[in-house]
Amino acid sequence: MSKLNANIPEGSLAEKWTKHKSKIPLVSPANKRQIDIIVVGTGLAGSSAAASLAELGYNVKAFCFQDSPRRAHSIAAQGGINAAKNYQNDGDSTFRLFYDTIKGGDYRSREANVHRLAEVSASIIDQCVAQGVPFAREYGGLLDNRSFGGVQVSRTFYAKGQTGQQLLLGAYSALSRQVAKGRVELLSRHEMVELVVVNGKARGIIARNLVTGELERHSAHAVLLCTGGYGNVFYLSTNAMGSNVTAAWKAHRKGAYMANPCFTQIHPTCIPVSGDSQSKLTLMSESLRNDGRIWVPKKAEDALAIREGRLKPTDLSEENRDYYLERRYPAFGNLVPRDVASRAAKERCDAGYGINKTGEAVYLDFSSAIERFGSEAAHVKGIKNPNENQIKKLGERIVESKYGNLFQMYEKITAQNPYKMPMMIYPAVHYTMGGIWVDYNLMTTVPGLFALGEANFSDHGANRLGASALMQGLADGYFVAPYTVGTYLSQDITTGKIPTDSAEFDEAEATARNRMNGFLNSKGNTPVEIFHRDLGKIMWSQCGMARNEEGLKKAIADIRILRDKFYSDVKVLGKIGEMNPELDKAGRVADFLELGELMCMDALAREESCGGHFREEFQSKEGEAVRKDDEFAFVAAWEFAESDPGKSKLHKEELSFENVELNTRSYK
Amino acid sequence: MNFTINVWRQNGPKEKGGIATYKVSNISDDMSFLEMIDVLNEQLIIQDIDPVVFDHDCREGICGMCSMFINGEAHGPGRGVTTCQLHMREFKDGDTITIEPFRAKAFPVIKDLMVDRGSFDRIIQAGGYVSVNTSGNLPDANATPIEKQDADAAFDSATCIGCGACVATCKNASAMLFTSAKVSQLSLLPQGKIEASERVMNMVKQMDLEGFGNCTNTGACEVECPKGISIENIARMNREYLSASITSK
Repeated sequence: MSKLNANIPEGSLAEKWTKHKSKIPLVSPANKRQIDIIVVGTGLAGSSAAASLAELGYNVKAFCFQDSPRRAHSIAAQGGINAAKNYQNDGDSTFRLFYDTIKGGDYRSREANVHRLAEVSASIIDQCVAQGVPFAREYGGLLDNRSFGGVQVSRTFYAKGQTGQQLLLGAYSALSRQVAKGRVELLSRHEMVELVVVNGKARGIIARNLVTGELERHSAHAVLLCTGGYGNVFYLSTNAMGSNVTAAWKAHRKGAYMANPCFTQIHPTCIPVSGDSQSKLTLMSESLRNDGRIWVPKKAEDALAIREGRLKPTDLSEENRDYYLERRYPAFGNLVPRDVASRAAKERCDAGYGINKTGEAVYLDFSSAIERFGSEAAHVKGIKNPNENQIKKLGERIVESKYGNLFQMYEKITAQNPYKMPMMIYPAVHYTMGGIWVDYNLMTTVPGLFALGEANFSDHGANRLGASALMQGLADGYFVAPYTVGTYLSQDITTGKIPTDSAEFDEAEATARNRMNGFLNSKGNTPVEIFHRDLGKIMWSQCGMARNEEGLKKAIADIRILRDKFYSDVKVLGKIGEMNPELDKAGRVADFLELGELMCMDALAREESCGGHFREEFQSKEGEAVRKDDEFAFVAAWEFAESDPGKSKLHKEELSFENVELNTRSYK
Repeated sequence: MNFTINVWRQNGPKEKGGIATYKVSNISDDMSFLEMIDVLNEQLIIQDIDPVVFDHDCREGICGMCSMFINGEAHGPGRGVTTCQLHMREFKDGDTITIEPFRAKAFPVIKDLMVDRGSFDRIIQAGGYVSVNTSGNLPDANATPIEKQDADAAFDSATCIGCGACVATCKNASAMLFTSAKVSQLSLLPQGKIEASERVMNMVKQMDLEGFGNCTNTGACEVECPKGISIENIARMNREYLSASITSK
């Protein structure tokens, strides 16, 4: 096993980034004009990186598979973005944000990266406000904050339930400004289908023009993958339909290690699955847990009666309800981290207390919040002895002002009014903490290839805290990559333009073309979608919220069978040289079929429970996760080998914790 | 539920299109409209017919990618929803449903129901931003307090998802609602005021260049906008435009 060098700078934790920045070599403005950079993906990480690098003077090409960069799935993030501003004077600080993130990640992330994230967090808010991002404000005109799971301060900045949208539109506007200046060439409706490596360095990509079907060659001195996560390997997730692992997987096959691929975040508050032809799941923001209380009936017979429609939740008295998060975790209550909340919901439903037809749902109830807000509002308005109706009305109005769009979304999907009836929720796949292995400079194991945002593994350990994904995407794109990519490029100032007629480009293009022809010529009988759905079922049942050795081994065998069947029986119509969304989908599903196996292998190799990774063999009597720090305090980085994910080689990056003590995570 | 689907099929921008009719059956009322199309496409593939091409991505009403004109309405029946948020329970068993692309000169059809909305990107590129570079040394976010009312109004304008329903709905194929939403957001905030005149002039100019029509105040765009963007934005843009043209140097 080789040793991975994370290139963490020397010095004390708080000084590392500042010292590193002041020492790194720069590229002069004249030389920047001679250097090309490819950015794949235009979500928060991609748009912010492309804009910032273009502002510095590099020639940037930005790629996205959507019709416009503004549609990347960062847009769907609801709740907010964390920053250690301490505007609320509630004891927040850079160190506390760092500490909460390390602890929330169950001590499986790198101290130096996380501290840097906390350090730059405050600048992100300044940057976004300067761009005209309309964050929520208080009547005094200053920015408002709210709380998220796993923390005891209010450090989350938000724009109603559409924070991701507002931040992405901010980054998109910065990107658009550079497009207008001719500093960024925008290639929308393009998908990266191969990485080109020349003399061991990432030097370009093969991209498919999704409109004409043409395979295009694009060269550059550095390639940045800002391609998001791979949650769609589960088929049903909160990801967008197009979100995929293809760019990352192509890089993996060309030498970029995948780190902790089994670390998946299952978000506790999503709208439950309703039927077989469901194509995606919808998240209800974690911010709802600020005011909503989660419960199931105390008695199994009540749960049954509710499932069969004989009893309404509103008819159940307080003492017959089990607010199980408040019961199990009195210190954090409904605001425990996501992995803990998800597992607790699964535990209750598995025990027979689920409350919808499928038995896989719990209540998220706003009635006490409505009453509390209503009474407060009545008091403010000077209404003496308000009646129940008045209180409800006033309270509902306040809940509406805070969460209106989420309530509306819920009602549209479920046709139920959440002001009157408690919401039904269940955990769903949401985010992947695992991803491409990167060093401190966000460079992968392929020189010149960088990974930013959700696409890399670096900051969230085994569980991400709410409102930290937006923070990381923008931190990487605005404030980290522009420095660290420059360091790498400082060695490339005399290289000159990278030609696209080399043998390496020929080979990469041929690989992509052969693969697509393979799908088209397979002459099978089964549409791509069906394979994806089957893969999702395997992943969710064996590599989802709870995993065990037997199930994972079975999953690996099942995935291999499914993959063989896919290649012999997939049916894709049409040609390469035309618009062909089914062909695009076939390529994505083929990569998920390889990734799925690696995720199960990773989950099998990690014989402990930590964060979102819960191995049933490793739990305490109370059902809490049992971590094994002496054996597993490392990053599992997998190297692709012998054209077979089953032959992947494990490399370990040992994690050292010098500034925090490794404790059992307790939210009690 | 069973439906008859009349859907626009067109092979390319230059080719002639037409309506094709298909039947779908066993559709549950919990399905979203796009999931119904998924079922149709799976069925077509098995019958060796090219699946219907349509834009879609987040399927939760925020990315703005889906763009279907259903039974003569952008995003179909119901207010405040995108196509992906429309559920089959809004239709009756046995209904015939007609689906067309968003039509406008500035939104050429790429294939079937997919149109090219690059013109929207170019309108934003013409000035829909604040000219500020990335910097770790900007003023503290709380240095300039903003009246809550203005911040909230700016937010309301900023919630536009750029889907183009306003254009598809407008008899003039006008992009005034889209353009004015961005103009409003930035003109309501102190950060955007400095470039306000130049911005509105450039964005309107680009809008005209792209071939969008003008506004005749029918208000149809506001009705069909899935995000409830108000035509007050158009009034605000007109005021901004007028004052910019008088004072422009």
